[in-house]
Amino acid sequence: MSTPRDERKPVTDEPVSLRVIGTRPPLYGAVDKVLGRAVFGADVSLPELLHGKVLRSPHAHARILSVDTRRAEGYPGVHAVVTARDLPEGAGEQFERDNTLAGDKVLYVGHPIAAIAAESPHIAEEALALIDVQYEVLPPVLDVRRAMQADAPLLHETLRTWSLAGQAASPSNVAEHLQHVKGDPEQGFAEADVIVERSFTTTMVHQGYIEPHASTALWHPDGSLTVWTCTQGAFPVREHLSSLLDLPMARIRVVPTEIGGGFGGKASSYVDVVAALLARKAGRPVKVVMGRDEVLKATGPTPGTFIRVRMGARRDGRIVAAEAELCYEAGAYPGSSVGSGADTIFACYDIPNARVDGYDVVVNKPKTSSYRAPGATPAVFAVEQVVDELAERLGIDPLDFRLLNCAREGTRRVSGQPYPRVGFAEVLQAAKAHPHYSAPLGGPNRGRGIAFGYWGNWAGQSCCTISVNADGTVSLLTGSVDVSGALTGIAMQAAEELGLELRQVQARVADTASIGYTDVSAGSRTTFGTGLAAIEAARDVIAQMRARAARLWGVPVETVSYDRVVFTTSVDPTKRLSFRELAAQLSATGGPVMGRGNVDGDVLRRGGAPGLHIADVELDPETGKVTVLRYTAVQDVGRAVHPGNVEGQIKGGVAQGIGWALYEGCFYGEDGQLLNPTLLDNKLPTAMDIPVVEPVIVEVPDPVHPYGVRGAGETPIVPVAGAIANALYRITGRRMERLPMTPAYVLERMGVI
Amino acid sequence: MDGKVRVQATINGQPVEFLCEPRQSLLECLRDILGLTGTKEGCSDGNCGACSVLLNGRLVNSCLVLGVEIDGGEVTTVEGLAGPDGLHPLQQAFIDHAALQCGYCTPGMLLAAKALLDRDPDPSEERIRQWLAGNLCRCTGYDRIVRAVQDAARRMRRDADVHAEG
Amino acid sequence: MVVVWIPSLMRDLTGGRARVSAPGRTVAEVLDALEAAYPGVRERLCPGGRLHPSLAVVVDGRRAPLGLLEPVGEESEVQFVPAVSGG
Repeated sequence: MSTPRDERKPVTDEPVSLRVIGTRPPLYGAVDKVLGRAVFGADVSLPELLHGKVLRSPHAHARILSVDTRRAEGYPGVHAVVTARDLPEGAGEQFERDNTLAGDKVLYVGHPIAAIAAESPHIAEEALALIDVQYEVLPPVLDVRRAMQADAPLLHETLRTWSLAGQAASPSNVAEHLQHVKGDPEQGFAEADVIVERSFTTTMVHQGYIEPHASTALWHPDGSLTVWTCTQGAFPVREHLSSLLDLPMARIRVVPTEIGGGFGGKASSYVDVVAALLARKAGRPVKVVMGRDEVLKATGPTPGTFIRVRMGARRDGRIVAAEAELCYEAGAYPGSSVGSGADTIFACYDIPNARVDGYDVVVNKPKTSSYRAPGATPAVFAVEQVVDELAERLGIDPLDFRLLNCAREGTRRVSGQPYPRVGFAEVLQAAKAHPHYSAPLGGPNRGRGIAFGYWGNWAGQSCCTISVNADGTVSLLTGSVDVSGALTGIAMQAAEELGLELRQVQARVADTASIGYTDVSAGSRTTFGTGLAAIEAARDVIAQMRARAARLWGVPVETVSYDRVVFTTSVDPTKRLSFRELAAQLSATGGPVMGRGNVDGDVLRRGGAPGLHIADVELDPETGKVTVLRYTAVQDVGRAVHPGNVEGQIKGGVAQGIGWALYEGCFYGEDGQLLNPTLLDNKLPTAMDIPVVEPVIVEVPDPVHPYGVRGAGETPIVPVAGAIANALYRITGRRMERLPMTPAYVLERMGVI
Repeated sequence: MDGKVRVQATINGQPVEFLCEPRQSLLECLRDILGLTGTKEGCSDGNCGACSVLLNGRLVNSCLVLGVEIDGGEVTTVEGLAGPDGLHPLQQAFIDHAALQCGYCTPGMLLAAKALLDRDPDPSEERIRQWLAGNLCRCTGYDRIVRAVQDAARRMRRDADVHAEG
Repeated sequence: MVVVWIPSLMRDLTGGRARVSAPGRTVAEVLDALEAAYPGVRERLCPGGRLHPSLAVVVDGRRAPLGLLEPVGEESEVQFVPAVSGG
């Protein structure tokens, strides 16, 4: 079978001689998954297990006057009922407590108020209806700009806008105002020959992972706690449990199960504390599994936004000034992704004068969370259309315009931070050279659009241990939950460093009792950051084994080297030991060898991954339906440890981006009810909706990583909506100012309806 | 018996007998009563396909079938795909083509694909995509799944030919 | 002297200057020197005494894991940027 068009070798200008890195082995866990044997969150079962269900607010904004659980407590089959009163006094931050089990206010439909553990989930659900809650209903505020107005209903009486200009005096729904100014925007705009300004609104969107959250809690006779949960990070869950239960961290063991998708949405904890509270009160283990409607209503979707962008360019094609205002919905509690949105909106470009204002605004919707490059997709949807419009007005090819203005090593971002080496220009050049860019469209009502996006690497903290077995195989443990095939990528880096074949490395994900603190698997950090930990652990192993060889041979350790094939000593060229041979002698020469790597990747000057996407779409002018015909995603990934993985991330991220662009969204009624809490009405892309996405991997190695790896998993979603919008412009002559670009909206923009 | 019904069925070729409440879905019975947790819950209202199984040879969402409905019937779940000789060609093809990432939709996707190949041993790409449109995948973008199904179909046709000749 | 990039919302304290120099061997010491020259700077960045959780310290292009305790070189560059992560 010939190599499919989308699985070519990466484009790279650096010679490589790697044995494991760059190959495409099957991923860890794949066999168990096709057999149905992999244990996901809800698959955990224990003797005497009870089932938990959560009572959730029917109102978007209300004061809780009273909660009476007596009838529920007496219902046959009910073993425990908990409310906020069951949380230890003063434990945790107020916002954390309130979003676990509501205190005196509910702030969104779905806000948890109480929970029940019973013999079966059905009994638990029936008993929920017996909990009497009295509310004083308050008017909700659901639109980000309305929430910013001085006379909007307030969610939190104590919330004051924080900014670097100081703390504001009066209460507000604006939790934070951030601003970046570079150069002199006024002067810059004065120099511009062409100025474009547009405003955009985007709807809140859910990550859409197919596996709902599930948590099982078991207390032990000594008062310690074990929790099995599907999460992107067991350690933050442990911290959360420790904080809210007022329990020392070492007494809590969080075991991450396999995870059925997260994309940032499983980096937060929703039912772990509730399961633990119920289990403690019931004296039996409790499993809490969220229903799909609960997931859509009451977890952490990504913010809806209002974004205004203004950019000016000279006739010679140089962008001279840019300005953006980003207003992001935080949901019920502060902390939207507006900071990263503000950081990425102009990230691809070298702009001498710029101002960015970002506002983090609370509204009566669930507290928003991360979704694959949080904050970036709406920002790039906005800016890439303005850039496209500038290029058109100047009569410059869209790719050439971006090449003229793209960021390079040393370019300062609006925050002042300079870029290290990142492949912005290389990605643009690879896209320009790609046959898709100049291929004929082949039909009426078709258009081609491009968009340029960037997402930085968070590196974070990671731990890894490698134990050498007597037969020369090694056992690798990491604290990183396996998402995106990262566990395999981490093992491949260890194998490369150790000079072993991948099948000699067995990697596993450890629980919080078995390894040191490791940050969530998110932020495009895992293959990069935990890879660093694995490399450090491998180097530690080699250092210890060199010492063993030295002891065996009676030579100074400085004379022993390992070329990833054999250990040798310069003292005596006849002495050679392979890794396996030396491993067999470890017990006899001083005991086991175990290497460790515990790193904070943020000590390194890390960059990120730019991507240029080309989208061909076809519009049905009668129905407004948009079909994506052809899609090419060019991205700098530094070094693809496992090219198949990277391609898979690109294909998957683009698929999510297409859904976000064309139909996904959490739509709310005026009373704050989520109108589409099912997967029927919150449409996710199906096999009929996504074309074959062709990934083009560009490798501009990240200088700080031993193998040049960049975190690559998030960037693929970022340019999609912008590319499709720019394609639709070419068909309709209209800029798309709203997400999702549903058929109704497209027809409205065209003036048909 | 507190309202429970006795159900007798054949699951993955084995005779099974269990008690369930009339309101319990087949999905719940498989997972919570029979301990067959390979079949997954994604939405419980028939919109994601993660719970797909074969009931009397037909592809169904087990969240929309009641446990009591399978009495006297035959059910195939993901646990019944592999044989004594190893993985089912679909399972092998999914691994070979990296047609899964998180793997949560995979059991349902495999059963749906099997149901298609049981009817149509040589489906076009368009037919495969249409058939699988009821199985949501959030990770892969689908094209590797399609390729895996095509490859499995090829292998199965070849094995059938060999078998016929033998 | 360490160059500190002053966030735009704080330039009212520095007479509009976007970049100022200050001595110090750690970010904290530099901040002390800044405070002496431009009173109020520290309180803006560290309300209540600790660096605001929305902020991260960048020294010479790298996010400083030690935050305010991060050592700086004689020609180092310091920025205060939003603390961002991912999903």
